[in-house]
Amino acid sequence: MTQSVVVQVGQCGNQVGCRFWDLALREHAAVNKKGIYDEALSSFFRNVDTRSGDNGPDIYKGKICSLKARALLIDMEEGVVNEILQGPLRDVFDSKQLITDVSGSGNNWAVGHKIYGCQYRENIVEKLRKTAEHCDCLQCFFIIHSMGGGTGSGLGTFVLNLLEEEFPEVYRFVTSVYPSGEDDVVTSPYNSVLAMKELNEHADCVLPIENESLFEIVNKIHQMINSGKLGSTVKQNSLVTSSAGSARTLEKPFDAMNNIVANLLLNLTSSARFEGSLNMDLNEISMNLVPFPRLHYLVSSLTPLYTLADVNVPSRRLDQMFSDAFSRDHQLIQADPKHSLYLACALLVRGNMQVSDLRRNIERLKPSLHFVSWNQEGWKTGLCSVPPVGHSHSLLALANNTCVKPTFIELKDRFMKLYKKKAHLHHYLQIDGMEQSCFSEAISSLSDLIEEYNELDAAKGGPRIDPSRLKIAV
Amino acid sequence: MSIVTVQLGQCGNQIGHELFSALCSDICGTHGLCSKKENESYQESCKERFFSEEESGVPAARAVLVDMEPKVISQTLSMAARSGLWKYSSHSHFCQKQGSGNNWANGYCVHGPRHKEAIMELVQREAEKCDLLGGFVTIMSMAGGTGSGLGAFVTQCLRDAFPTSFLLNHVIWPYGTGEVIVQNYNSVLTLSHLYHSADALLVHENDVIHKICAQLMNIKQISFRDVNQVIAHQLGSVFQPTHTAGGGSGYSRNPLGALLEPLVPHPEFRMLGLRNIPQMPESSLAFSSFSWPGLIKHLRQILIANAHMEEGIDWQVRPPQPGSCIPSTNKPLHFNTSIANLVILRGKDVHSVDLGSFQDPSLYTSWLNPQDAFTAWKTPRAFNKYEKSAALVSNSQFLLKPLDSIVGKAWNMFASKAYLHQYTKFGIQEEDFLDCFTTLEQVISSYTNL
Repeated sequence: MTQSVVVQVGQCGNQVGCRFWDLALREHAAVNKKGIYDEALSSFFRNVDTRSGDNGPDIYKGKICSLKARALLIDMEEGVVNEILQGPLRDVFDSKQLITDVSGSGNNWAVGHKIYGCQYRENIVEKLRKTAEHCDCLQCFFIIHSMGGGTGSGLGTFVLNLLEEEFPEVYRFVTSVYPSGEDDVVTSPYNSVLAMKELNEHADCVLPIENESLFEIVNKIHQMINSGKLGSTVKQNSLVTSSAGSARTLEKPFDAMNNIVANLLLNLTSSARFEGSLNMDLNEISMNLVPFPRLHYLVSSLTPLYTLADVNVPSRRLDQMFSDAFSRDHQLIQADPKHSLYLACALLVRGNMQVSDLRRNIERLKPSLHFVSWNQEGWKTGLCSVPPVGHSHSLLALANNTCVKPTFIELKDRFMKLYKKKAHLHHYLQIDGMEQSCFSEAISSLSDLIEEYNELDAAKGGPRIDPSRLKIAV
Repeated sequence: MSIVTVQLGQCGNQIGHELFSALCSDICGTHGLCSKKENESYQESCKERFFSEEESGVPAARAVLVDMEPKVISQTLSMAARSGLWKYSSHSHFCQKQGSGNNWANGYCVHGPRHKEAIMELVQREAEKCDLLGGFVTIMSMAGGTGSGLGAFVTQCLRDAFPTSFLLNHVIWPYGTGEVIVQNYNSVLTLSHLYHSADALLVHENDVIHKICAQLMNIKQISFRDVNQVIAHQLGSVFQPTHTAGGGSGYSRNPLGALLEPLVPHPEFRMLGLRNIPQMPESSLAFSSFSWPGLIKHLRQILIANAHMEEGIDWQVRPPQPGSCIPSTNKPLHFNTSIANLVILRGKDVHSVDLGSFQDPSLYTSWLNPQDAFTAWKTPRAFNKYEKSAALVSNSQFLLKPLDSIVGKAWNMFASKAYLHQYTKFGIQEEDFLDCFTTLEQVISSYTNL
């Protein structure tokens, strides 16, 4: 079994990360009734003998003593991390796995990347090494951050770079929260585009998330519940947005939205942690969903968002789950994959679903989806037997689809609006190590990416000409 | 003679487990429909072939389990142990922590060489436990990374270490519509490599077995377990002890040799398809009865029309008229030309069965005498509770269309260069791919021109 390490950077990264650890504990508690430290737990948690203090040795088998998250918490302001350390999850984090500062990055990518990056480089490398040493077989780093600010965006991508240098064989999955159009951080387009260049070059897979989508999902759930349209009541603990049953008592404003992202990460790793009839490991996700190195942006959707209290789930409902996964409403970014071109698609099912259910739904949905000509059957599937807490089944769809293009084009437009007027540029250029070329290279990287998607889209809908096969002398 | 099975990857291990379960439950059952002496002889023969004696008294499967991640093997070992009827030896498995990521190159170029010694040592140990080693059967899928890539490497190692032993690859072809996106690349790489090392490839296609589950077994929600159980039943119908053609009164002492020698007369033609009738849910067995003429008639038409099961056979397809000299390109469409066939009959009144219809020269290519092209094994001991069952192992054009389809799709993807960077990263270059395509186009051409 392999281990993964979560690196949460900045305010957003740490808040989402916090929800992730909370839900992960809940999930394992629901499955692991005997309190034995098993391989599934070891993928995200260490088992430490804390009887003699926090520096106790790791215990690899037997009863759970004290679980410590395999995580690195980084923030250039103390507020968020301090809150975590005073909250109910304080014992889950090893105090040596934190890197904080006081003044923050002022929503400036350059401050995060160049100044703090330089300052904290050694410290970060040392802590990463320590975490890696505790792992038997480290497979993947999960980075959680936002793109629009200064720390998550700048320092987060600096860490990404570092991970590639120091641990080139370990996969780098990045969960990036992209700013919306009405983002109140004026310089978010600069920060995002500068960060994009790093994601293009150093990430194995990126899961872009947009707050707008999360917000709409949360609203939709609340509406459905409040309107009384649902016949039976919603099953306890089944709301994907809810922290109910967790250690927290008060829900904070972004909690509901962050819970969705946390669920995404849990589902993504479920088949690597738990058994099933067709396993889907993280290295398989990157292998199957990334046909060309730079096209590694995956649109994700999660269903169901809540479960009705019905114990018997008719196959009609299972099928509805699949239809929902492909609808606009369930995507975690503002995109419509159904009307764009699929390069590849992965479906990870959790719970008691069999291969025939999966196949039936793929057959049903295939005709309405457009797949690129060289990958007409481009489906990667996984069946994990263990459902998430509160649900009998769940489905995670990951699509490599050209529908991300509009998101990137909009980002580029917003960037250009500011850049043309040279607005706020001096805040960046005055930082040591920042030059005009950083900006031009970044926008060029983004443009190239958009162009790669354009080329694929251009071929869509054209006549399908299969290349002629090799001729063999008879 | 004993057969050592090497189970590779998730698929190989899941099927291997079902196979040994099926073999064991067949010999433990009391549905032999034959004399007590015959039954005991059958059980002894099966035990010697597939199981070794252990101190605990519980027979241990003659198998080596290989996977690059631990979850499946650990499940497989515990399921076997729980059965109480058989188990795997405690030191017959090899696994690592991180899988192959569906990457053939990772399985073949990285895991293969790295773990060769450890794996071959396990195989050697199993081989030494056999009084007489009859050969090896590997079970793998060709869609993933371990079964396919590491499987191809291990097959080569087996060939190198045991040059005179029989080596059969049992290969699972994935569903046409994706289990794995790069499955066609992995398949092309696997098949071309196996073709150079193994004696023959015995193929099962997931789509076909799925249909059998849906239409014949009446299973509503088909799981991989259901699919694997049908596959295990079909394999069992071939591998369980039989009386071979001229073999005297005992059970065959050279099962793999007796299978492979007549079926693979020419090294260019190694693809074997498998059909087994009848197939039905266990609950219906007591209420059904079949006649041998009926079964033989259906089996023959399944062969001729390239059908997959006893339902939906196209009875319009006929072999070409004898005596007329038809160039191969004008052969009646859909007619499945055979190189060699083996029919295995088990159950009541086998010795009275007339198999003359299978010796019709019009079924075969012209290189072999029909007497040499067709072999029959008849065994009175019934298999797996079926009063009568008939299996067909065929070296014919059965797999031509599916193979052509896989190669076509892989070529299409290759032309766009998609995913190639994932393979070059681990050491498989574009030229390697081209070599594999060439090998398989050659195989396709050979089978097409029969």
